[in-house]
Amino acid sequence: MARPVRFNILQKSTQDWGINQVDMPEGHTGEGFFATSLDKVVGLARKNSLWPLPFATSCCGIEFMATMGSHYDLARFGAERVGFSPRQCDLLMVMGTIAKKMGPVVKQVYLQMAEPRWVMAVGACASSGGIFDTYSVLQGIDQVVPVDVYVPGCPPRPEAILDGFMKIQDLVHNESLRRRNGPKYKALLESYGIQ
Amino acid sequence: MSDHINIKLPEGSIEKQTTTLNLGPTHPATHGVFQNILELDGERIIKTESTVGYIHRAFEKIAERRPLYQITTLTDRLNYCSSPINNMGWHLTCEKLLGVKTPKRVDYLRVIIMELARISDHLICNSIVGVDTGAYTGFLYVMQYRELIYEIYEEVCGSRLTTNMGRIGGFERNFSDTAFIRLEKFLAEYPKVQQELEDLFARNRIFVERTKGTGAISAERALNYSFTGPNLRAAGVDYDVRVHSPYSSYEDFDFIIPVGTSGDNYDRFMVRNSEIWESLSIIRQAYQKVQNFKGAEADIFHADAPEYYLPEKGDVYTKMEALIWHFKIVMGETEIPSGEVYMSVEGGNGELGFYLISDGGRSPYRLHFRRPCFIYYQAYEEIVRGSMLSDAIITLSSMNLIAGEMDA
Amino acid sequence: MPLGNDVVKTKLLEQFGEVLTEWEEQYGMISFTAPRELNLKVLNFLYDSSELSFKFLTDLTGVHYPDRKGEELCVVYHLHNLVENARIRFKVYAPVETPDIYTASGLFSGANWMERETYDFYGINFVGHPNLKRVLNVDEMDYFPMRKEFPLEDQTRVDKDDEMFGR
Repeated sequence: MARPVRFNILQKSTQDWGINQVDMPEGHTGEGFFATSLDKVVGLARKNSLWPLPFATSCCGIEFMATMGSHYDLARFGAERVGFSPRQCDLLMVMGTIAKKMGPVVKQVYLQMAEPRWVMAVGACASSGGIFDTYSVLQGIDQVVPVDVYVPGCPPRPEAILDGFMKIQDLVHNESLRRRNGPKYKALLESYGIQ
Repeated sequence: MSDHINIKLPEGSIEKQTTTLNLGPTHPATHGVFQNILELDGERIIKTESTVGYIHRAFEKIAERRPLYQITTLTDRLNYCSSPINNMGWHLTCEKLLGVKTPKRVDYLRVIIMELARISDHLICNSIVGVDTGAYTGFLYVMQYRELIYEIYEEVCGSRLTTNMGRIGGFERNFSDTAFIRLEKFLAEYPKVQQELEDLFARNRIFVERTKGTGAISAERALNYSFTGPNLRAAGVDYDVRVHSPYSSYEDFDFIIPVGTSGDNYDRFMVRNSEIWESLSIIRQAYQKVQNFKGAEADIFHADAPEYYLPEKGDVYTKMEALIWHFKIVMGETEIPSGEVYMSVEGGNGELGFYLISDGGRSPYRLHFRRPCFIYYQAYEEIVRGSMLSDAIITLSSMNLIAGEMDA
Repeated sequence: MPLGNDVVKTKLLEQFGEVLTEWEEQYGMISFTAPRELNLKVLNFLYDSSELSFKFLTDLTGVHYPDRKGEELCVVYHLHNLVENARIRFKVYAPVETPDIYTASGLFSGANWMERETYDFYGINFVGHPNLKRVLNVDEMDYFPMRKEFPLEDQTRVDKDDEMFGR
């Protein structure tokens, strides 16, 4: 039995275009003004314009290329502009196996990113070493950098990478502006040896 | 002026005329991890020092601890853009060791899958060369059609990229009708896309100026460096493992080996391009041959080798012999002859060889992967010396850098 | 005219005589062993001889046989004659105390990294190699991981839970 069509139905009026619009944050509206808290607005703006840095080392990198392609478009989420310079990016997506030789490089790239920065470990190898329990593979990048979201899979399907990206967006949306200066965050960075 | 006394420059800095630039290990356009420390005189490269091993995962050591059928998952991750070729190569090696002969239908199905994988690998390489010259559109366009290839893989084995496809002796299940429908769709839709891509790049003034004459290597030097695959064919040597040591019934197919002349980036691009056309033709021939099998023959998808090929699960639960074979295979009680075998297949990058030393046990005594990408990147230093920095980047990507295969 | 394995064997025995041992023909490929001092001479002969003409080095790798006392480390060369489509396997052995073998990188430029990889994994010292450093592992590593006595996993991990790993 055919399912009823839900999306992209050509409608007469513009309100029913079926385009997802971002909800307005809570606040007070009036004639010509809208008052809300800065956290919410900044969170909303940041989450819809994250600039990822694809740190692709192996197979997960090819799935990332598929995610960037038009079939599983990552650009819909605001991540149109992938940057390769850490100084210009918010989100470090580590995709692929990180060997012990590569660990210092990941750390160096992480240190070069400006706050606020998030890290996503894509794939089993970046999350925990994956199938490579060997002498030369770092068993998860959380040995060297603090990670926000782990996406399991070997390689994860592009839908899974998008799901991870949406979880990052949730984190970005709900993050308090004072988090990065607080003692808990500083303690987290201390535990990694990052000043 | 007194501030300058406190600055301590490294030895010889004033006299040094060249700049040191670190290229890598991470690259834009996600090439893969390969580090080069370049000595530049302005834009010209005087000397490079390559460092590899940033994704060394110790496959050969892992392989000494896994039974033969579990090593297929490792081979996936060698050249991950065309993992079915690695899988089939490994299965062919095991079949050579164990003396298993696969029926023709299995061979033809393997050929279809391997050629699809080859197309998928060459598409990535060529579109990334395009991205490096600034043409991002080709890459996005191509990714859409690689999804069609991934859909075929998904129907056959369940996975998109790291396929772990097939078994020693054949495939794990027969190709369903959906797989053939998807294959027909690909064969119908893809050729005009390939023609469009070729038209976009092959005579595009900017692309030709960037790639012609850069990154050249002569045939003698390429042979001395043990090049194989499209890089060697671009230099003018027509060596293709599918023709010289045919495996999996490649001798039944009619295809040419495209060869370049000067071994530069443009020739590599055009050789890969022509190979995609040849692969499409091979897939059509193989599909025709597969469709000619009718009746009971159309149900054959594995060799008759009960000692090495797991029996049907239904039989395992009902028949005694199937249960015993299942037990023996999984517990490692099968008779694996001891000996040494070297088998090579034509991977996306060249001759992918498997040197397997078996001591009769469940896992190999020694397994060595002859990885073409590792071997020909030694020549990068020589190729790039004297060229400009921008040419070095194009050369890096046109030699198809797949880090998983390089470091293994 | 296909170059048969027997032709190769006769020519090699003519040139070198009885120092070449352990002649085997497995799965269609002929293989033999030579003493390690002669490895370059044999490679040069195979390269320069007009009938044999093995000018393509397919593969160079090492194997560790801890049971062959006095000859534990083995270097295996796979050579290919592209014109006649003939392949050959050539082995040399070295003891683990003094694993010195002459480098083939003067003859085949492709042997450069392959020998570095073999040094990295087994510790075989290739005499005359221009840059014998580790290529795949970290430079600070002080052991040769592919030798049979070393384990696969990283022994310095503290986070592996023995119960979960079945120990």
